[in-house]
Amino acid sequence: MKPAVFDYHAPRTVDEALGLLAQYGGDAKPLAGGQSLVPTMNFRLAQPAALVDLNGIDELFYLRQGEGGLRCGAMTRQRSVENSTLAQRLSPLLHEAMPHIAHTQIRNRGTIGGSLAHADPAAELPALALALDARFYVRSLTDGRWIAARDYYTGLFTTAMQPEEMLVEAVFPALPAGSGWAFDEVARQHGNYALCGAAAIITQGEDGLVKNAKLVFLSVGEGPVEAFQAANMLVGERPTPEAVRAAADTAATQEIDPVGDIHAGPAFRRHLARVVAQRVLTRAAARASAEVSV
Amino acid sequence: MSTRHFGQPIKRNEDPRLLTGRALFTDDVQMAGMLHVAFLRSDLAHARIREIDLGGVQERPGVAAVYTADDLGDFWQPGPLLVPPPPVEQIEFHQRTQVPLAKEKVRHAGEAIVMVVAESRYIAEDALDDIYVDYEPLDAVVDLEAALADDAPLVHDDLERNVSASVVQSKGNWAQAEAEADTVIRRRLLYDRGTAAAMENRGIVASWDEKSQQLTIWDTTQAPIAIRNGLAAMLGLSEHQVRVIAPFIGGGFGPKIMMFYPEEVLLAWAALQLGRPLKWIEDREENFYATTQERGQVHDAAIALKRDGTVLGVKDAFLHDAGAYAPYGLTVPISSQCTILGPYVIPNYHSEFVSVFTNKPIVTPYRGAGRQHGVFVIERLLDIAAREMSLDTMEVRRRNFIRPDQFPYANEIIFQDFTSLVYDSGNYEPALDRALELIGYEAFTREEQPRREAAGERVGIAVVNYVEGTGIGPYEGARVNVTASGKVSVATGVGTQGQGHFTSFAQIVADQVGAAIEDVHVVTGDTDLFYWGAGTFASRGAVVAGNAMHAAAAKVRAKILKLAGDRLEAAEEDLELVDGQVRVKGVPETSISLGELALEANPMRGGVKPGTEPGLEATEYFGPERGATASGVHAIILKVDPETFLLEIEKYVVVHDCGTVINPLILDGQIQGGVAQGIGNAFYEQLHFDENGALRNASLMDYLLPTATDVPNIVSDHVVTPSPLNPLGVKGAGEAGAIPVGALFAQALDNAFRDIGLEVREIPLSPNRLFELVSEAVAEGAR
Ligand SMILES: Cc1cc2nc3c(=O)[nH]c(=O)nc-3n(C[C@H](O)[C@H](O)[C@H](O)COP(=O)(O)OP(=O)(O)OC[C@H]3O[C@@H](n4cnc5c(N)ncnc54)[C@H](O)[C@@H]3O)c2cc1C
Repeated sequence: MKPAVFDYHAPRTVDEALGLLAQYGGDAKPLAGGQSLVPTMNFRLAQPAALVDLNGIDELFYLRQGEGGLRCGAMTRQRSVENSTLAQRLSPLLHEAMPHIAHTQIRNRGTIGGSLAHADPAAELPALALALDARFYVRSLTDGRWIAARDYYTGLFTTAMQPEEMLVEAVFPALPAGSGWAFDEVARQHGNYALCGAAAIITQGEDGLVKNAKLVFLSVGEGPVEAFQAANMLVGERPTPEAVRAAADTAATQEIDPVGDIHAGPAFRRHLARVVAQRVLTRAAARASAEVSV
Repeated sequence: MSTRHFGQPIKRNEDPRLLTGRALFTDDVQMAGMLHVAFLRSDLAHARIREIDLGGVQERPGVAAVYTADDLGDFWQPGPLLVPPPPVEQIEFHQRTQVPLAKEKVRHAGEAIVMVVAESRYIAEDALDDIYVDYEPLDAVVDLEAALADDAPLVHDDLERNVSASVVQSKGNWAQAEAEADTVIRRRLLYDRGTAAAMENRGIVASWDEKSQQLTIWDTTQAPIAIRNGLAAMLGLSEHQVRVIAPFIGGGFGPKIMMFYPEEVLLAWAALQLGRPLKWIEDREENFYATTQERGQVHDAAIALKRDGTVLGVKDAFLHDAGAYAPYGLTVPISSQCTILGPYVIPNYHSEFVSVFTNKPIVTPYRGAGRQHGVFVIERLLDIAAREMSLDTMEVRRRNFIRPDQFPYANEIIFQDFTSLVYDSGNYEPALDRALELIGYEAFTREEQPRREAAGERVGIAVVNYVEGTGIGPYEGARVNVTASGKVSVATGVGTQGQGHFTSFAQIVADQVGAAIEDVHVVTGDTDLFYWGAGTFASRGAVVAGNAMHAAAAKVRAKILKLAGDRLEAAEEDLELVDGQVRVKGVPETSISLGELALEANPMRGGVKPGTEPGLEATEYFGPERGATASGVHAIILKVDPETFLLEIEKYVVVHDCGTVINPLILDGQIQGGVAQGIGNAFYEQLHFDENGALRNASLMDYLLPTATDVPNIVSDHVVTPSPLNPLGVKGAGEAGAIPVGALFAQALDNAFRDIGLEVREIPLSPNRLFELVSEAVAEGAR
């Protein structure tokens, strides 16, 4: 379990990092928290020619309120978001979900950008980004572009980014007024990847009817999976327990196609999807009602 | 004696060193010029090796040597059979043991094929990528029943079938019991594989000193003396030329005794060839393949009872997964076979098993060593019988307990130590009563459970019994030496892997020689410091080495008293040993320190009288006539989330009887650790092999060990029934925590889901498996 030989670079600026990525023509990899990359290298599943260590690039570490919502530099540690009152205020769903990612020690190193870029279907952040309509700023040496979360995740551990590109910033828009949110997951042990998880957002009008709803799963597909049909069933309705149950049922039976692994077969995953969807939709609806009645 | 150490909850002498990182582990050994070893291991579980293409690996910079099986010449030999077949009448046995490097054929994934020696482990692993093995893949033998089919592929081509052994043992007459019974219950019960996953993987450093002609080996072994003897013989050296040191070891649990692991013989051999020190440290991935595992068994069991719950007999036939080779003989399945009898009177017993070769890693004892399966079978049968006969499960157990006046109790079959299985002593009902009291059985079942169930919760309770054969022979020894510094040096041959030997052995010795516990310095597992011994296994350290300590210390005490009597001109009966001094009772100013006495016992001038040995030293050995039988009861209250099938252990009770207790703190630690492993085995840990024999979860990411949040604090208590088989009255306790947990979880889950008639017949479980079982039970109920 020793990695193959690689070059190591520790640039101080994003431009320098992008230059190095270009220089290696796609054979180099950015090193963020290393919590996913280093194990894969030790198993020799990844053998990059070089690591471009982002840990010395100060301009990538920030969390601030700005245009579009909560702006988050790629190297912001997961633990910083967890401990941030700003994040709690601007993006309470993101904030609430942080403790579900691995263990404290791993969140101390693991970064927002690293997890978003890694695109593990069992990871929390991609699902949260999709639920929150996050946008990602991606740069190469010559170019910069914004990618919406829904266009970013293209498959198992794959994104719309090119090898010479780098994720620089993620922006998490604030929720509209009257919104409730919830995140939950089922993991076999605290800190493990989830067998199934879901994020929900419900926005209610003054009349108590659902104006907008979102439900996104993790760990049931090749990436984060949005349950559009279930969400649509709730729009224009009162989020009663029956309505929520029906939506959760639809999501679990019609909108996901989970594959089995050693921890959970397809039937159990579907069962858990129903359970988790019902839990998060119920909680999100209750929070939305509380918002509206204030 | 003023302060008695024996029986006291003394904190462990070794912990300050262990907890502050100042203890020597094998990987801490650094030597000038040391080279590092990596192994190319088979990706396939079963394949013929057509060709090994070394691809210029020898020319890679930093590579010192590369060996395949062919390069070993005559040194290439299958390993010895560690435990020969037991003296059972009806037995078939085929000896097939592991080889240093695979030749012609690989028989399990991870079997070593090529050994690379390089300047660093990094280079050695890079070099592995240069090598190409051309395999002819063969169908793999994975499933135990399929392994015995007529057209099954053969793990060992020269055997007709994949049978490693078969054994029949019986007592009484099962057929008659069956005929006379009011009820006969038959079930198929499954127990699947796990791995010990010790915190420290295996590791070896081997160094040949040309000038002194000495080979020194640091090895994470539980049996350093046997390793020395074997290596000396294999390498053509005298035993004095080989020193094996088992330093601090981060957990053994059984798999660290497997003579010989290929790496153990190869590093020693190559160190001689190359004349440079070599190090190999097993990594976690290798550990999943190259270290032995345990537990695959399939039982077809039946129990015959009278209407009132009296057991008339048990019949059991099982298949045991031996893995690809069986160097450890039949220790595990024989233990299963014997443990089924439990703490109960079972007048008629018929048991037969077939040990099956499969294309999976080797199976050798792992904490419990087959006892888990035995407890699972008998406790499940009793639970199911009680339910089917509408009897109280605890009442059925009481009715069948061996009574205190029935000891020694002969079971009339042969145990793993080759003696007849006779329980030395026991007192089972008080332990059950105490466990029921501590878990609050009455209050829970009458009041709490119905109330919580009415509120939609699922909570179950369970209480299971077990016996544990411990402290088997052949023997261990100890040397106790009071030195001129006043410190007491103690040495024994067993190795230590965290059991607290440095403290519990010191307690035994301190009481005899009157020294402070901190002044007793214990050395274990260094063959240059103690020559004879067998090893640490089968919960035997305290019993066998402990009693040797006691005997040696008593002899030193006699020497101290004799010499001090002369010196102080007092009768021996008038002397007392206190605080490192020998004093005349009632005249404390007339005294001499142990250090001064030691100096006198080893004078520079004058004569040591004929017939007297120099020094205050003695060496003694202890070999029990047979093993001591410990016993106990575990109880649990288990909450199940009915939606996610995650479990929460609300309360866990252990009432244990391991005879006289040397150190209750260490004992509780042993039990706590054992229960943690038992919980892992019951609900988290499972090795998933696919139909090709590939292991699908060879990492701690997917092989789930219980963590601190999954293991509760255990409420423990003791019943003390001393063993009559040794002077200290002790019984072993190393495995007790781990043994009954599977049976306990099964009973608790059945109880939590009794409204739908859940019947758990397998371990390990998982949320997924529990979901499936509950879904099946619901579907069956609806039918
Ligand atoms: C025991 C354990 C448990 C875990 N449990 C969970 C869990 O429950 N949920 C979960 O989500 N994660 C879990 N993780 C993973 C952890 O959260 C990682 O932090 C995260 O997946 C990756 O973040 P990182 O900063 O460590 O990225 P790295 O490992 O450094 O990088 C991951 C990948 O992203 C690329 N990358 C990194 N930064 C950028 C960038 N700015 N632009 C482009 N590419 C980039 C890297 O090149 C690499 O390919 C666990 C990890 C461990 C070790």
